[in-house]
Amino acid sequence: MSEFRYAVNVLPKPGILDPQGRAVELSLPHLNVTNVSRVRVGRRAELTVTAGSEAEARAVVEGLAKELLSNPLIEAYEIELLEATSSAVSATGASSGAVSAITSGAKVTRS
Amino acid sequence: MRIGVVTFPGSNSDVDALNALAVAGVEPVSLWHESPDLQGVAGVILPGGFAYGDYLRAGVIARFSPVMRGVADFAAKGGHVLGICNGFQVLAESRLVPGALLRNRSLRFASKIVAIKPERLDSPFTHRSTGEPLHIPIAHGEGCYYADDATLDDIERNGQVLWRYVRPDGTPALDPDDPANPNGSLRAIAGVCNKAGNVAGLMPHPERMSESILGSDDGMQLIRSFVESAKAWEAAR
Repeated sequence: MSEFRYAVNVLPKPGILDPQGRAVELSLPHLNVTNVSRVRVGRRAELTVTAGSEAEARAVVEGLAKELLSNPLIEAYEIELLEATSSAVSATGASSGAVSAITSGAKVTRS
Repeated sequence: MRIGVVTFPGSNSDVDALNALAVAGVEPVSLWHESPDLQGVAGVILPGGFAYGDYLRAGVIARFSPVMRGVADFAAKGGHVLGICNGFQVLAESRLVPGALLRNRSLRFASKIVAIKPERLDSPFTHRSTGEPLHIPIAHGEGCYYADDATLDDIERNGQVLWRYVRPDGTPALDPDDPANPNGSLRAIAGVCNKAGNVAGLMPHPERMSESILGSDDGMQLIRSFVESAKAWEAAR
């Protein structure tokens, strides 16, 4: 078994009103920044999956990204593999991909 | 007859909803989020509040709570479910009603009395309405109704738009920046139902205008419609 660390980056779909992005954009003149545009504000979750292969781990993350971490009606997501480590995992819960931690709330800003 | 109100961790309008049901003359039953057992109620209200802290997205964590398994089964059988404010967000995240609720266009939490008008008077949630605008409060940060154009056209065609925000002259506040449209909702949509018509959600709080001592009982037009539909459904089983 190995541990796979992923990031799931969630952003409002193109064309969807993004009031947070708009608010950030409106603050730019106060910082004397004039060459930044098209701000979108989303969400990033990082999580570790214990699984036998990267494909198996990714399938778990895909499922979570679609069902929980994003709302496909309004948001798009990207999955990033951050780290893969082979490790001797204890026998408990090692049968299938088990998510050990989900963190959310950290916000990423992209232009 | 018994009607249930679900309490999630973070619900705050559950007691108001229980009270409104008592005013409507039915036995209110408190349902707990950890059990899928709806205790044989004839209808369910998902109340306002901030279920599970509204973390991630308003309503999404509640979607996966045990009680929502019971609610989804109940809705599939034709039982009547009314989602108010956060309850609407839970229904939308659960895909039990179409669309999504985005952050208010103003970015501000909106807490005030708004005017909404029922779009049709032959639905299970509006048949006891006079057809005049209802003046009832909103209190939300994420109430901007959104769906893509195809979905909007589809729900309009199917008669699934049940309430719209209206201007003082009674016409829909279609411009998302109209002050009568408190959150920027597309096509001024304040509430919708599913295709079958037995599950509805809206952002305004009818249960907070359930007795004249609260300022008005406008909300009871909606609550009574729902209660009578639930009663008829139960009697027909």
